[in-house]
Amino acid sequence: IAQENTYTQTQRTENQTGLTGKMNQEEQVQVLGLWGSPFSKRVEMVLQLKGIPYEYIEEDVYGNKSPMLLKYNPIHKKVPVLVHNGRSIAESLVIVEYIEDTWKTGPTILPQDPYERAMARFWAKYVDEKVMVAMGKAFWGPESEREKERKEAYEGLISLEKEIGDKRFFGGETIGIVDIAADFIGYWLGIVQEVSGVTIMTAEEFPNLKRWSEDFVGNNIIKEVLPPKQKLAALFKTPFRSAATSG
Amino acid sequence: MASGEVKLIGAWASPFVMRPRVALNLKSVPYEFLQETFGSKSELLLKSNPVHKKIPVLLHADKPVCESNIIVEYIDETWSSSGPSLLPSLPYDRAMARFWAAYIDEKWFVALRNFLKAEGEEEKKAVIAEFEEGNALLEKAFIDCSKGKPFFNGDHIGYLDISLGSFLAWLRVTELAASYKLLDEAKTPSLCKWADHFCNDPAVKPVMPETAKLAEFAKKIFAKPQA
Repeated sequence: IAQENTYTQTQRTENQTGLTGKMNQEEQVQVLGLWGSPFSKRVEMVLQLKGIPYEYIEEDVYGNKSPMLLKYNPIHKKVPVLVHNGRSIAESLVIVEYIEDTWKTGPTILPQDPYERAMARFWAKYVDEKVMVAMGKAFWGPESEREKERKEAYEGLISLEKEIGDKRFFGGETIGIVDIAADFIGYWLGIVQEVSGVTIMTAEEFPNLKRWSEDFVGNNIIKEVLPPKQKLAALFKTPFRSAATSG
Repeated sequence: MASGEVKLIGAWASPFVMRPRVALNLKSVPYEFLQETFGSKSELLLKSNPVHKKIPVLLHADKPVCESNIIVEYIDETWSSSGPSLLPSLPYDRAMARFWAAYIDEKWFVALRNFLKAEGEEEKKAVIAEFEEGNALLEKAFIDCSKGKPFFNGDHIGYLDISLGSFLAWLRVTELAASYKLLDEAKTPSLCKWADHFCNDPAVKPVMPETAKLAEFAKKIFAKPQA
């Protein structure tokens, strides 16, 4: 059995309004995750914003996948996975909607109005399918493709810059599903750009997104969930070094 | 508010366009179908979906909704008091519907598309293996989700039925082109029964492309250009 680092989140967060105290075995919420993954953190952000206690289990996804991971996400074998009432759910945005559907106390992550919900889902999907895919390939993909992917990512950011406009968050006054989906852009991107020396998003060209990222990262709950900057920078340094030597 | 004119920008051959059409039929919502000409994009489409410039686009009181599965959810939430619910009521079942819909678009459909592109015996074998693996997963998912009822969504067609069922016409065309049974009663008996139920549903029949007509269309659009 692979070693597991577990810690239990039971302390109250500022906005917690739901039930606290002992949860029986059936109600227990577990998150299988990766400390540095923006996808994994999306789930933790929503749980913490809603004040839902959970047990976090760190997964060695790139090394030895635990029997627990293989049991709970046999199809994709990836994190994050949420385990609740003994059943598992995979895919970060599917999990986020599940959390929204299940726990009715605490702040909402999606708007009430069907049209606004459709818009939120559209932009969350856009972040995942257009921007995140391109970002991944722009920094970590095959060398020959990186320029093309950088352009894709840049175009994606332009749409997002326009979409956020002068709204505080994509969700309006409060953090919503699009903000959560865009967590990589709000926090990870700055660190990756610094470490790699490759810049896609500048403050000058993207003043709205820059302002949004500061508000996002500055949120009292979000900032506690985000992985430490130094640790992430150290993690990112390695692939860039090896990419440079392989030419 | 469920009031306001409903229009759908799309094309008869597109499986993605078929999804909101089935949903609107299930909810008995009348709509104007605005067909795009293959090979060009109308002003209205470009204006309504400037980000992706793709069909389908639902226009409800002139407000555009894009992305087929998102449109289906919008239809379900807007006309919630009309007809059966398109998504299950329990959060876990809803999550399963969303998970499998994502799988279908991101993995299963990609494998189906690769069939038509596959060249040579080796490549064809690999594509078939990948596709059949996916089918086995969907067979199990059907059994889990349907709980003995005819559809993924239970007694009535829902979000996940629509997401997979919309590809059936293209699946049949691919079977003809590849001379290979992609949905086999011996391997996936439940899915085959489900496919029959789906295709015969009154909400589906009028908008499911005819196999022969679609095969002709496929020949046209996949025709290799003359040298």
